[in-house]
Amino acid sequence: MTDQLSEHGGAAALRGSRRRSLAPSTGGRPWTFYILAALFTLYVVGLYGPMVCIYILSFQDVRGGLVFPMRGTSLHWFIDLFTQVRTGDVKGAFSRSIRLAMVVTVITVVISFMSGLAFRKRFAGDSVVFYLMIGSLVAPGLVLGIGVGLICNLLGIETSWYTTALGAQLSWTLPFGVLVMFAVMSRFNNAWEEAARDLGASAWQTIWLVIIPILAPGLVAVALFGFTLSYDEFTRTLLTAGSLNTLPLEIWSMTLNVTSPSLYALGTVTTLISFLIIGICLGTIARIQKRRATGPVAH
Amino acid sequence: MPIDNGSIELAGIVKSYDGINRVVDGVNLRIADGSYCCFLGPSGCGKTTILRMIAGHEDPTDGEILVGGQQVVGLAPVDRRTAMMFQSYALFPHLNVRDNIAFALRVRGMSTPERRKAADAMIEKVRLTELADRLPAQLSGGQQQRVALARAAITGPKVLLLDEPLSALDEQLRVQMRQELRRMQRDLGITFIHVTHTQLEAIAIADTVVVMEKGRIKQAGPSRDVYDQPRDRYVAEFLGGQNVLSGRIARIEGDSAMISAEDMRDVIVPLGSRRTLSAGDRVDFAVRRDDVDLTRPEVSAGSLSAKVPSRVRAVEYQGNFVKVILDIVGNDELIAYVPDRVFYRDPLSVGDVVIAGWEKDKTRMLA
Repeated sequence: MTDQLSEHGGAAALRGSRRRSLAPSTGGRPWTFYILAALFTLYVVGLYGPMVCIYILSFQDVRGGLVFPMRGTSLHWFIDLFTQVRTGDVKGAFSRSIRLAMVVTVITVVISFMSGLAFRKRFAGDSVVFYLMIGSLVAPGLVLGIGVGLICNLLGIETSWYTTALGAQLSWTLPFGVLVMFAVMSRFNNAWEEAARDLGASAWQTIWLVIIPILAPGLVAVALFGFTLSYDEFTRTLLTAGSLNTLPLEIWSMTLNVTSPSLYALGTVTTLISFLIIGICLGTIARIQKRRATGPVAH
Repeated sequence: MPIDNGSIELAGIVKSYDGINRVVDGVNLRIADGSYCCFLGPSGCGKTTILRMIAGHEDPTDGEILVGGQQVVGLAPVDRRTAMMFQSYALFPHLNVRDNIAFALRVRGMSTPERRKAADAMIEKVRLTELADRLPAQLSGGQQQRVALARAAITGPKVLLLDEPLSALDEQLRVQMRQELRRMQRDLGITFIHVTHTQLEAIAIADTVVVMEKGRIKQAGPSRDVYDQPRDRYVAEFLGGQNVLSGRIARIEGDSAMISAEDMRDVIVPLGSRRTLSAGDRVDFAVRRDDVDLTRPEVSAGSLSAKVPSRVRAVEYQGNFVKVILDIVGNDELIAYVPDRVFYRDPLSVGDVVIAGWEKDKTRMLA
């Protein structure tokens, strides 16, 4: 089917180019294809090139420096990262960041899910709530962080990564989660809920047996957002995390005083973790959807 | 006392969402246990709202709903012994056919093997055995409908409420599935209430047809009565198959009125129940399209009581009959359904002058 389509499309493009004699075309592709392909390649290189440089440089051996050329290959700087005290408390920061991200994820998923259900109907003050939420999304993170820090100072609350930083991060992840949830809910048919009620399901049974399973892929997407946004949140966390650093804060402080490829090794490790989590989430969504589409299709 | 029969009584049902406009405006109706009832009307006439109020998905603003003789307003759907089949079926997309059908048993806490068994018995009844492990998205429209039917029927309801059950299907399947619905209704022996905007569907399937307009019942009765003896212009035009003409009463003669209008003189219409009419009143009357005889002016029209000279505007072949559309009489369209065998003995063509006529007792005074 796809082949047929592309063949058909190709033929049409060929006919089009002949009729309008657009330009010299090679292999049936119009010249615009090459321009756009070049543009796209530049874009991808610009997007991933800098990151790839960091990953490559992190695999140097003990003689390694902060710039190219590459000096030898080893895992030296990865070991250095977790064993040397002078590189900072990477292990601690890493574990704090993961734990914080997990808490943020759970809270974000639960509240986004509930607001998704609530916003299906109009209620008094719904637009106020919505715009307040968008407001916290567009507010400059650093200013918001400073504000949280100031209030805590005023009220005599001690800032720490699991209280004030958690709150500051939620002001960022919640609006995102809710917006994703809105998109997810737009495909939810309220008749499912009614049908469950009609068949005798209680409110809880409707939620557990119907709503959550149907929305599961969307909820995983919200979780993914919550986790990754929290895991690399910097600006809102900077002035609210208190004395112990989260991973992004640790990396930042390392850029100020660590002048070895350890820094790059850290970048590589955190990226791997991020990809791992994204992979797990996408895999889960794919599995849910595959489970729903097994077996031959009728007619 | 549990509800043990599916008779329905609606008493003074009113539904208003904003306190001003009434979506349902004072509906009184009795539906017999084990009958097939169709609510028929255009979209927005309140028929679905009535269905949802019987189901318990909405509460009436005023009035009483009785199922099996018991007041059910305020009760949960499951306590009313009703089950609803939703317009697009609302099958749970994440559950296969068996689990969809067994859902009601699952939420009642029935054990897995027990409910599997019950569901499989029901699956067999609706002939879906080979598809029991499929998901709804892998079924055709007709199969989905059978799943929805089975899912609603598994709790042994006394009343099954169907919201536009055939609207998601294509024409051919619709005719087939409406027979299946009727068959299921007979098999289950329970009350079916079916909401539709398609008059052919309603009169083909229902024992009782309820015609609605703007939240009110216009006419309720057996299919044949509603089709053959519409009470007013609205019902006659909505059900179709009728010519609705209007004119002024020239004089009353015994139990008939002589009606005249532009292009039409002294058409005799029995007064029926409208004894209070007198000369000079404007009235509507109906004559079925298949009761209109067409004769050429040179042929004697014989004993027909009404003779309206007209001209053929269009001819449509419909298979077993030919639809002949005549020039408008006054403001009304006049259409004759001529059996095709009769028509082709002397085919009329566009522009031909004809006399449209009918027997006196084929006309009916409308309210």
